[in-house]
Amino acid sequence: MSATRTLTTARPRTGRSARMPVASEKSHRLRGKILLYVAMSLFGVIFLFPLVFMFVSSLKPDSQILQDIDSVNAFLPVGDISLDNYFGVFDRVPVAQFMFNSVLVTVLTVGLGLIVNSMAGFALSRLEWKGRLVVLALVIATLIVPFETIAVPMVYWVAQLPTLVVEGGVPKYDFGWLNTYEVQIVPFIANAFSIFLFTQYFSTIPKSLDEAARIDGASWFTIYRRILVPLSGPAFATVAILTFLPAWNQYLWPLMVVQKEELRPVMVGMQYFFQLNTAWGEVMAYTSLITLPVLIVFLIFQRAFVSSIAASGVKG
Amino acid sequence: MTVTPPTVAAELPRRATRRLRSIKSRETWAGLGMIAPAGILLVLFLIVPVILAFTLSFTNARLISPNPPRFVGFDNFIRAFTADPVFIQSVGNTAVFALVVVPVQAGLGLLLAVLVNRRMRGVTAFRVIFFIPVVTSIVVVSILWKFMYQQDGLINSMIDALTFGAWSGVDWLNDPHTALGAIIVLSIWQAVGFHMIIWLSGLQTIPEELYEAAKMDGASPWRQFTNVTWPGLRPTMVFVLVTITIAALGLFVQVDVMTQGGPVNSTSTIVYYAVRKGYEQQEIGYAAAISLIFFVAVLIIALIQRRLTREKD
Repeated sequence: MSATRTLTTARPRTGRSARMPVASEKSHRLRGKILLYVAMSLFGVIFLFPLVFMFVSSLKPDSQILQDIDSVNAFLPVGDISLDNYFGVFDRVPVAQFMFNSVLVTVLTVGLGLIVNSMAGFALSRLEWKGRLVVLALVIATLIVPFETIAVPMVYWVAQLPTLVVEGGVPKYDFGWLNTYEVQIVPFIANAFSIFLFTQYFSTIPKSLDEAARIDGASWFTIYRRILVPLSGPAFATVAILTFLPAWNQYLWPLMVVQKEELRPVMVGMQYFFQLNTAWGEVMAYTSLITLPVLIVFLIFQRAFVSSIAASGVKG
Repeated sequence: MTVTPPTVAAELPRRATRRLRSIKSRETWAGLGMIAPAGILLVLFLIVPVILAFTLSFTNARLISPNPPRFVGFDNFIRAFTADPVFIQSVGNTAVFALVVVPVQAGLGLLLAVLVNRRMRGVTAFRVIFFIPVVTSIVVVSILWKFMYQQDGLINSMIDALTFGAWSGVDWLNDPHTALGAIIVLSIWQAVGFHMIIWLSGLQTIPEELYEAAKMDGASPWRQFTNVTWPGLRPTMVFVLVTITIAALGLFVQVDVMTQGGPVNSTSTIVYYAVRKGYEQQEIGYAAAISLIFFVAVLIIALIQRRLTREKD
């Protein structure tokens, strides 16, 4: 008698059997949910605190930052709050020029990349031509080459490329791409991974569409332009996002090939802040300034961002 | 039905093939034309630099030099492995970094993905929060953490608060014992969200029915994970491991911004060292040799990983 009683009471504790009372299961689930929220919030704090610290510190003078660092105040906009650091940043570096350079380089790299790589993807997935498979294999093989391994030889190489310069209204040839916009853009337009993503996406679209258009007398370019491009929004969004981040974040390359201040992008502009006594308040203001545009773009398009990254992984 | 004269009937297939051939050749031209822009750019800015890296590595070329590069055979490679302790140390540091970052980042990414892989209020917000460091530039992240890692910085004061004053503080980035570890922590923090999303997309390809069936059989959450989730994630795992490894081996920006390879070369990495040699010290031939060694290492590791993860299928 007592044995059966212990058995029935002990049971719900070990495994969740069908006989478990409804109320207990509900509380069990609730407990699980609360635990989950606690865990996620804990991680949330870990992921957010450095950025909160950055934005808050950008509003404080250096003395206030140091004073607040021992308490929760480090994360709160309290005390001597002002935009002084931001004004200081504008005095110290040509922020507007850096921003313009970064926007120009990013927009052109992403925009031209979308056109060039999608056309290549079209040629590789929809057209039959001699050597197609060889080229496809080559493109996939180049995926493995990390940019860092070719960066140094590339400096050597671009320093010898011909370029058109206009001197006193007279155009003439010169050599060397160092200190130009094109050196920041042109090498990054064609991208093996983008071509690969476009090729994959285009091959999921039925080929009967091409055949119908061919019968109507459309050229291959028209088919690409009028049929494939409009049907491939997600592929274009994925490639745009995946190339936008590295273009905006370029650092190593412009550091090596662009010495002229007026041509440098925002990330390299960072260097102007580290003197003997680093003014950390101003540094935080500058990093906040160059992070905000990306964060805003991300928060607006976060759904597209997340699905782009996911798509790039699933295909791999 | 009219009877076609035999001559025309014989003509027909020939004309058709000729027309077909002209269509084919037009398709070939269209294909070549549309691949040309990307093809030329890839040749100029990928293939040529790769070939250059290869050929320069057997010379004593300098970035700016009046003398033309001279062929020196395997001298650069021999020098790297036998007469350059900093290179050897850079290889070691890179290996340590990868050995810690790859499993920890992949594991944490999976943990986060499992946490946010459910239909619950607010889950999307958490996904966004975990992803925010990924969209923040690594240059910004490095500077921010450099600031936090100072002797009187935020990290020390937080540890101090958590240990109720028992902590005496460490100058994280200026101590050879802690500098690499400090870089490891911020690197994981920055990129783990990226891999969370990859794992998440893998998790979502596992059919819901499998979990229902497992629950019917009374499987615990842990059993569900080991018997349903984990086997379903195999292809995702390959991708995550390969991408993290390649990214980890290429460690550069964090080192350049935070420590410049110091203190006493404790954070120098292969890529950082190659850039320093090739760019700052202008020894481009030697830097190309180091780059080539690095590339071969990446290639071998990627192939091994692919092989290992495939065999278990």
